Amino acid sequence: MVDEDRRIIAHLFRRAGFGAAPAEIDAATVVGYEATVDDLLYPEGHERPQEDLLERFHSEHCDEESPRWSALKWVYRMINSDRQLEEKMALMWHGVFATGWAKVTNGQMMSRQYEMFRDSGLSGFGMLLQKLSRDPAMIYWLDQHTNHADAVNENYGRELLELFSMGRGNYTEDDVRACARAFSGWTMTHVLPRYPTGYWPADFVYRAEDHDDGEKTFLGETGNFNGDDIIEIIIRQPATGTFVAREIYKFFVADEPDEAAIEQIANAYFVNDFDIREVMRFVLKSDFFKAATFKRVKSPIEFIVGTLRLTGQHRDAYQFGLAEVPKLSRMMGQEILNPPTVEGWHTGREWIDSAFLVERVNFATEKLTDTEAPGIVDIARHLSDTRTSISSADLLELCANEFVYIDLDDATREVIAEELSIPEEVACSGDEVIEAVAEVLALIGASKEYQMA
Amino acid sequence: MALNGTKVTDGKEPVLVVLQLSGGNDFMNTVVPYGDPLYYDFRKTVGVSEEDALHIDSRVGFHPVMTEIKSMFDQGDVAVIQGIGYPEPDRSHFRSMDIWHTAQPHDFSDEGWLGRVIREIDPGKKNVVTGVSFGAGLPRAMYLTGTPAISVSELESYGLLTSLSGNKHRRALNAFTRMYVPEEFEEGAMVMQHIGQIGTDALAGVDMLKTAPGLYSSSIEYGADPLSQSLRGVAQVHLAGLGTRIFYAQHGGYDVHGRQVQTQEKLWGEVSKAVDSFFADLREHDAAEQVVMLVFSEFGRRVRDNGNGTDHGSGGGAFMIGSRVNGGLYGEYPSLDPAEQVSGDLRFNNDFRSMYSTVLDDWLNIQPDSIVNGHFEKFDGILAPLTS
Repeated sequence: MVDEDRRIIAHLFRRAGFGAAPAEIDAATVVGYEATVDDLLYPEGHERPQEDLLERFHSEHCDEESPRWSALKWVYRMINSDRQLEEKMALMWHGVFATGWAKVTNGQMMSRQYEMFRDSGLSGFGMLLQKLSRDPAMIYWLDQHTNHADAVNENYGRELLELFSMGRGNYTEDDVRACARAFSGWTMTHVLPRYPTGYWPADFVYRAEDHDDGEKTFLGETGNFNGDDIIEIIIRQPATGTFVAREIYKFFVADEPDEAAIEQIANAYFVNDFDIREVMRFVLKSDFFKAATFKRVKSPIEFIVGTLRLTGQHRDAYQFGLAEVPKLSRMMGQEILNPPTVEGWHTGREWIDSAFLVERVNFATEKLTDTEAPGIVDIARHLSDTRTSISSADLLELCANEFVYIDLDDATREVIAEELSIPEEVACSGDEVIEAVAEVLALIGASKEYQMA
Repeated sequence: MALNGTKVTDGKEPVLVVLQLSGGNDFMNTVVPYGDPLYYDFRKTVGVSEEDALHIDSRVGFHPVMTEIKSMFDQGDVAVIQGIGYPEPDRSHFRSMDIWHTAQPHDFSDEGWLGRVIREIDPGKKNVVTGVSFGAGLPRAMYLTGTPAISVSELESYGLLTSLSGNKHRRALNAFTRMYVPEEFEEGAMVMQHIGQIGTDALAGVDMLKTAPGLYSSSIEYGADPLSQSLRGVAQVHLAGLGTRIFYAQHGGYDVHGRQVQTQEKLWGEVSKAVDSFFADLREHDAAEQVVMLVFSEFGRRVRDNGNGTDHGSGGGAFMIGSRVNGGLYGEYPSLDPAEQVSGDLRFNNDFRSMYSTVLDDWLNIQPDSIVNGHFEKFDGILAPLTS
């Protein structure tokens, strides 16, 4: 049986981070669940990963103008950052405020946006919307630079209300218009094609002369509102609390919504003055969170990064092939920094489609059968340190319960046990144990249950 | 030439192969308007000379490396659609490719046009290999939530759990088959049932596609380049009679800002030979008549070269190839007159959704409007349907 404390810590790391290796779970179990949550909530307490080496070692991909380099850097951080929740928050906000380099094209602007999500992902929701509204990638993505005092472009104003806060049905077309007017003059320094000069990133600029300073009525309030005034009104709306709660629930708790839990999260949002860090503290310490083990389908990037954190691959900069990671994620249906639409990705069961499932299963088994992967070597070493031999049945239990931390269905457990080609009694030394571990992990990685987090 | 309206087709269903040229193919150097002196004003360094062009008529000719395509054209099997594009052209590769993939120039969409086609062809999802793509990952064009489509990088090595070998692989496949049974689960486990069903579909697709190379023999020797190998894979799957109706293949490298002359020679040489081998292979097996190939790129390039290559432009050209294609030039070649250009680009005069509509209605027998998000005039007479 799994140790319940370790099991729930493993769950926490899968959700508030990208999963953890057994040794990290051991360490966290010592300090306890609550302290581990508090630690995750203060990323500032840990250093960010060293990246100079990354740029030197992956110099063939190191092109600041290219969004592919932005994606490579981000996945490196997901795999290696000790500030796991920071990266996870960034991923959530990237899905909510979905911006794609298909249109933005400029790698540095995409990096800056993601870094803004990373740096401000746990701040107040108002602060986050203020930064979002000043983000050049977002401005270009939703044509906000063409929103002028005398020629309103409603695109950003509308999506701010529809997709980035309250949601449809909570405002009128007049509110959309007023919102868009309040953001007129919020623009960027330049829009240039890549050729012939090459890209350089645009900055936010506010042009007072292009701002409609007239009176506006927005959600029943009247004034000469500017963009930040609108944001102040938005964040206080009940619908915004529910929106934030629902997004956090979907991303951190479960695919199937539980309205009672969402209401509690929304309540935490208002009680804590729209502070996302405190909302996250409430969620991660709640009973509904702890009860929601394996209630989410892993997104492709969670699937990939979680597997790599288990196998210990790419945990230092000196490993070739990191550029494969964002590419694999794309092949599984989630191209990081390039969601298909402003609505972001369709999540949950929609991640599982025949072409994507083949990629997922093949990726997991390839990595988990790598007998030179540090994480797999560690597991084998742990076994040979503690025993001389182990039965194949015990090895399966141990791998499922203490290394991968997965709840295998009885039927799955039985199938894996029957189809293993390893000896009934595995000698815990040399190649035999490491190959046995790899085979057990590969079959676990091929299971339905492994698709879930 | 198979335009005989009474031809018996043995109840065989029409097949579409879409070939994507990624990076923005330079149409002006593919079908060269050598008869227009303006061409040589604008293409001082990368232009194709009148002597070298493979003359179609007194105005235009194919790029000199396209000898095989030129002979297919002479046999009446190649339709050239000139000046193709869409309103308010977007010069981003990715956005423009999305637009072609989703048939949605104005709004973002995640429904691929071919995904919708696959759903129309097989609404009951009876055949998981109705749509098969060759290349790295499923193109957005074929993606539609809930509609199966297979993505193969290399047919010979395609499979599940491919990092295992021998007995381990066999047993792991057994395990997979048994683990992914879409059995009845209690309430709340719907997602596990879904995953089980998809796993079963994926395995069925793998099992079906794996049979194709073994059933295949041919005297045609394809090139070793990836496009030739992809099209060979398409031929193998088509000839295996698995019921695949939509194929997709990709060929990249067309973003010729520099070294255009050398790059284009290589790329179009490969396309020309690969397409020729493909149709020769199908003819050898008496299976060519069912197949139409559609060749497109996300945009064309600027009218004026940059001294070494050409930058992103708008209006380009597309091709339809096959024995049921009524070959020739369609649409007008966009004028090179600076007054007619759109900020230095060819002005498109044919909407790509007209071409899609033609293929859908006249070839696949599918009502086009809901697939291409609107009603677009078809090109008359390009395609002779199998059922006619």
